[in-house]
Amino acid sequence: MTAPNGLVWLETPAFPEAARTALADTQLRRNLRHATATIRDKRLAVTTELDDWEQLRQAGADLKRRTLRHLDRYLEELEASVTKAGGIVHWAADAAEANRIVTALVQATGEREVVKVKSMATQEIGLNEALAEAGITAYETDLAELIVQLGQDRPSHILVPAIHRNRAEIREIFEREMGHWGRPAPEGLTDDPRALAEAARLHLREKFLRAKVAVSGANFAIADTGTVGVVESEGNGRMCLTLPETLITVMGIEKVLPQWSDLEVFLQLLPRASTGERMNPYTSTWTGTTPGDGPSAFHLILLDNGRTATLADTVGRQALACIRCSACLNVCPVYERTGGHAYGSVYPGPIGAVLTPQLVGVEHAASLPFASTLCGACYDACPVKINIPEVLAHLRAEVVEAERRSHTLPTPEALAMKAAAGVLATPRRLAAAQRAARLGSALVARRGRIGHLPGPLHGWTDARDTPQPPAETFRTWWRKNREQS
Amino acid sequence: MRIALFITCFNDTLFPGTGRAVVRLLERLGHTVEFPAGQTCCGQMHFNTGYRPEAVPMVHRFAEVFAGYDAVVSPSASCTGMVRDNHAVLTGVEPPRVHELSEFLVDVLGVTDVGAYFPHRVTYHPTCHSLRMLRVGDKPLQLLRAVKGIELVELPEADSCCGFGGTFALKNPDVSTAMLADKMHCVADSGAEVLSAADNSCLMHIGGGMSRLRMGVRTLHLAEILAATESDTEGGTV
Repeated sequence: MTAPNGLVWLETPAFPEAARTALADTQLRRNLRHATATIRDKRLAVTTELDDWEQLRQAGADLKRRTLRHLDRYLEELEASVTKAGGIVHWAADAAEANRIVTALVQATGEREVVKVKSMATQEIGLNEALAEAGITAYETDLAELIVQLGQDRPSHILVPAIHRNRAEIREIFEREMGHWGRPAPEGLTDDPRALAEAARLHLREKFLRAKVAVSGANFAIADTGTVGVVESEGNGRMCLTLPETLITVMGIEKVLPQWSDLEVFLQLLPRASTGERMNPYTSTWTGTTPGDGPSAFHLILLDNGRTATLADTVGRQALACIRCSACLNVCPVYERTGGHAYGSVYPGPIGAVLTPQLVGVEHAASLPFASTLCGACYDACPVKINIPEVLAHLRAEVVEAERRSHTLPTPEALAMKAAAGVLATPRRLAAAQRAARLGSALVARRGRIGHLPGPLHGWTDARDTPQPPAETFRTWWRKNREQS
Repeated sequence: MRIALFITCFNDTLFPGTGRAVVRLLERLGHTVEFPAGQTCCGQMHFNTGYRPEAVPMVHRFAEVFAGYDAVVSPSASCTGMVRDNHAVLTGVEPPRVHELSEFLVDVLGVTDVGAYFPHRVTYHPTCHSLRMLRVGDKPLQLLRAVKGIELVELPEADSCCGFGGTFALKNPDVSTAMLADKMHCVADSGAEVLSAADNSCLMHIGGGMSRLRMGVRTLHLAEILAATESDTEGGTV
């Protein structure tokens, strides 16, 4: 199996190497530090003001887990409800099949362009690239996605795809690129946020008024009513969802919820956890088609793309409860310093580090489960209580097992771990190793400090001194001072 | 009460002074401490790096060695968390109950003033595993506030990870160092001369960086501050 180039980006090196490049980008570091700190503070303010935030989290976690246990039943119920309401449901086993379905649906309308609502699922399958190959242009209409698309860039955050850009960079991209895609940026554009938003508004407005086909993702779909919903801040999504004649929605199968009343929980959890707002500005829901009101044709593509395989893993499946709020990214000390591109996936940060390897297979994203200190900030922030550190540790074991299977010779790390396990097997061996370490360190230490260690340990001593092991271990001291007294 | 000390392989080898401090402290409070000589390691490094089969014998050994005590005390929040959260994952058997030192003092013994004297300006780094795995809350700070002569100063952005993360520091040295740099800035901003924590692993990482930069701040495990008295000057801590 080869990894699809959509979910993971084949040109990105393993995380440690990609992170090194990102860490050296001072502008990126400053943008990220400012943006994540701002959104962290906002989230904390609106989650701590609720007396029942912890109960809400638990309700969200329970609802998601129960739905995932009976996913087959709810998906079939959803298909029946959507069909009854005048929509057409398609099933896609993987990215290629989903792209084929969407492309054929657009071609059947005779149109050569589509407008898009911000969507992680279509990023995941690489839909824009697939449509381009068929001669169809997809216009991103979410402001941040527009910035990414115009800049021929990659998204670096689930909620704020252009978080790595500041307003000066955005102004420059608008001035340089907008003219190639449609209405150019106004003369004398400044980097005032209001002016930038107005430039985007004018540029996008002509696309909304012209478009006959829209493509969206979905935040949820209700099994018993067939209602699909999108939660957003700008209203650009609603333009796409209401103005065109044909609406095509691509949705991961884990987004289904049993009933309408379940939204009570998620419409509270999602805005507070993601943008730090009590309520998001635009919540659009639609149920099939309604004559004379909105799109006359509605297609719902239910996407698997590795999800049922993830569901089969009893520890890893909790990652499918994710509602894409990105709270875990904003609190992650690793993400805050590297940004999203270093993860080489449309799903970056802590949730990406557990979701990506499961969706594409651990061998295609082997460095991601290790891209964390297991500090636990993500688990505390998650509105549906995904125990991300638990899944990370679980996937690390899978990576090691996959390496054992694929190599006839053990890796240097595996040899070192085996040797360490041998040393730690008995106190006698540990004591012998402690004596050896003391003797060895005497060769490299100066005034009790070790400034340089060889081999893979140099990564440690590049930035840190290491204390020389003291002459007497604790167990030696104990034997002399307590057992003999 | 039969109290067993789980020193951890890391402290045993690199920070024996912390173990001596725990013994001195608990004996001063009127308790007898035992050191089961068969102990080695909790298996955390292997578990967190993905080498689960290698960790299993250590987990079995741990359960055998520490069975039958009324309490097991450890000066490591991280290793305590490993035992509590992950030993049963590996073997399916509930491990002996282990208390991190500040939990043991405050929750089990019910003391916050341990009679310590430490006339220095100290800041405290709540390590991730003490904060988010064990949920020790402000117990270490309750203990430090009761220390005579201490000047406790606040650490900015205290609950941010220092970037150690065990083998993370070796596998992702650049990210680890970037996090370390920010933590050292915060320590410098605090104005402290001593940085304390409930884990020597994090302290070795932060202290190693500060030593490299000759920052003039030293690191000291919580146990060593709590063990220090006017008459007791072991290790030059007072």
